[in-house]
Amino acid sequence: MYSDIFSILPEIILAIGAMLLLMIGVFKKDGESSVVGILSLGLIIITGMFVYMQPSEPQVAFNDSFTIDAFARFLKILVLLGSFVVIYMSNEYIQEARLRYFEFPILILLATVGMMLMISASDMMGLYLGLELQSLSLYVLASFHRRSIKSSEAGLKYFVLGALSSGMLLYGISLVYGMTGSTHYSVIATVLKAGDVNIGLIIGLVFIMAAMAFKISAAPFHMWTPDVYEGAPTPVTAFFAGAPKVAAMALLMRLIFEAFPHITNHWRQILVFMSLVSMVLGAFAAIGQTNIKRLVAYSSIANMGAILVGLVAGTQFGISSVLIYLTIYLITTLGLFACILAMKREGEMVEDISQLAGLSKNNLLMASLMGIFFLSLAGIPPFAGFWAKFYVFSAVIDTARGDAAGVAHPGLYWFAAIGIVSTVVGAFYYLRMVKIMFFDEAVIDTLDPMHGKLQFIAVLAGIFTIFFIFFPDPLISSAQIAAASFFR
Amino acid sequence: MSVVNVFFYIFATTLVVSSLLVITSRNPVYSVIFLIMAFFNAAGLFILLHAEFLAMILVIVYVGAVAVLFLFVVMMLDIDFAELRSGYMKYMPLGVLFGIGLFAELGLLFKAWTLPADVAKNIATPVPKDEAITNTEAIGRVLYTDYVLFFQTAGLILLVAMIGAIILTLHHKKGVKRQNIAEQVGRKREDAIEMVKVESGKGL
Repeated sequence: MYSDIFSILPEIILAIGAMLLLMIGVFKKDGESSVVGILSLGLIIITGMFVYMQPSEPQVAFNDSFTIDAFARFLKILVLLGSFVVIYMSNEYIQEARLRYFEFPILILLATVGMMLMISASDMMGLYLGLELQSLSLYVLASFHRRSIKSSEAGLKYFVLGALSSGMLLYGISLVYGMTGSTHYSVIATVLKAGDVNIGLIIGLVFIMAAMAFKISAAPFHMWTPDVYEGAPTPVTAFFAGAPKVAAMALLMRLIFEAFPHITNHWRQILVFMSLVSMVLGAFAAIGQTNIKRLVAYSSIANMGAILVGLVAGTQFGISSVLIYLTIYLITTLGLFACILAMKREGEMVEDISQLAGLSKNNLLMASLMGIFFLSLAGIPPFAGFWAKFYVFSAVIDTARGDAAGVAHPGLYWFAAIGIVSTVVGAFYYLRMVKIMFFDEAVIDTLDPMHGKLQFIAVLAGIFTIFFIFFPDPLISSAQIAAASFFR
Repeated sequence: MSVVNVFFYIFATTLVVSSLLVITSRNPVYSVIFLIMAFFNAAGLFILLHAEFLAMILVIVYVGAVAVLFLFVVMMLDIDFAELRSGYMKYMPLGVLFGIGLFAELGLLFKAWTLPADVAKNIATPVPKDEAITNTEAIGRVLYTDYVLFFQTAGLILLVAMIGAIILTLHHKKGVKRQNIAEQVGRKREDAIEMVKVESGKGL
């Protein structure tokens, strides 16, 4: 029992810390919310240190339902990074939008606890509870701006569709449980290794995959994404685009590589479909968008499709490429949202793309940073985003030549080709953003200067995006160590 | 057919029929009543499975708390249900299509429902063989030991639900007089009563 508590120490610290901050927030009068925000930043750093100190050799706790390994450590640090940056960036927005509720950072902290539980879950029940803890916090955050109709609509839409996807998830889990007799990933894997696969289990797998697709906003379960991204307050959108996607992807990876490693061909079909549809839809649907948050929503759908390419590969190289992609995607997105949060005219947020016209003449730094992030998301070398796409596609080509068992999958060549073509189509709207900022005529009044904190985050993310090509080794080697957790 | 089977079919048929009535009846109050009916029948099915604890929890929590709350909400809120149903016919063909798809899947499942032979040995916490242990006790034995992580996570989820409800609905209005219990209790006789000697023939 003592070692169990030691394994889950970071989560316990974060949860208890969040509750203490809740008490501080309640008993501190006259709504001075920034104290809670600053303390929660410290809490995330402490939690991150405890995660970092965890051993990298795998350990299970709580009746095999909670696993810590190098994979979990890598992704937990990524998730904590996402939450940290969002809380750091959002303080000014919260003050200016008259949303001085101290609960904002606390809900992000509790969502982070949920995400950490998701990453470590190696039991279906743990998976479900972690997912619900995260989702419930996100529903509340989406409708946080309660005086705004759009924000309420975003929260309600996300909640109703999220509840539906939870229902599908539970139905799928119940079928898998019925067919294998257990909710533990390891037991499910053992049963599937020994016996033949019956249709009940496959239907269960399909339902689980559908629910996962909803959580990572992969097509055809992406419908909520643009509306929720647009309606939610911008810092919340920045949060949605980053950490929860990373956590849900980690959950999906642990599920398919620990519970279903012996039926790769079954889940590969589903992932190929989701990935293709997401990439194509993300590329085409974004073209007509005029609101920058909707544009980023479609961009994130396309990126999730590209990340799934690495999962389709199903190899150790595939997993490490997914981890590299997730890291680069998270940092680029956070940098981009730092710029979007700075899109203000006389203190009012503007979200229309046309407002960015001629930005390079007024604020060259912000325009260049945004340009770099868009080019990186488009996958144009030498920026980090190109290498992310390069790794996932080379992983799937490797598998097409021959997977771990030496079987070639010629169909995957077509899959990779269509994926790369849709990436080229997607480059159109990213390049259009660059054109608007650098070559269009400026609108009359200029955007407000960028706030120091936002500039700091955007510059850091920009430096990472540019210089990743020279120093890729730390990230690649730690991703490889993390990916090795599943192949022992 | 044994008595248990007879009861199973009674409960199951009523459950399915009342669930259908929940979504088809025009009056939302009837819907909630049928929902309660469905809960009771599901509880009956649990009893047939020797899971009395789950049956009682279903009745107490879902009927006693959730459904009654639904009933309050449905009666208190002024929702125009006719308007809510206005797009119903437009989306019905698509909905029916998906419904048929799901039913076909269920049918396939029913046909192929063959459990692996040794599936029972995988169960992490089987029902204790000992007749003296009631299933409430059996759940209690594992809920706070083997599954304590899930129990605590569920607690955190409830905390988030509470915070969310408060953030989204609590409005602090200015100028509303609220009861201050500490002030009421701390009030002394001297603060409230003043002894005045009134001379006769004069007012205060």
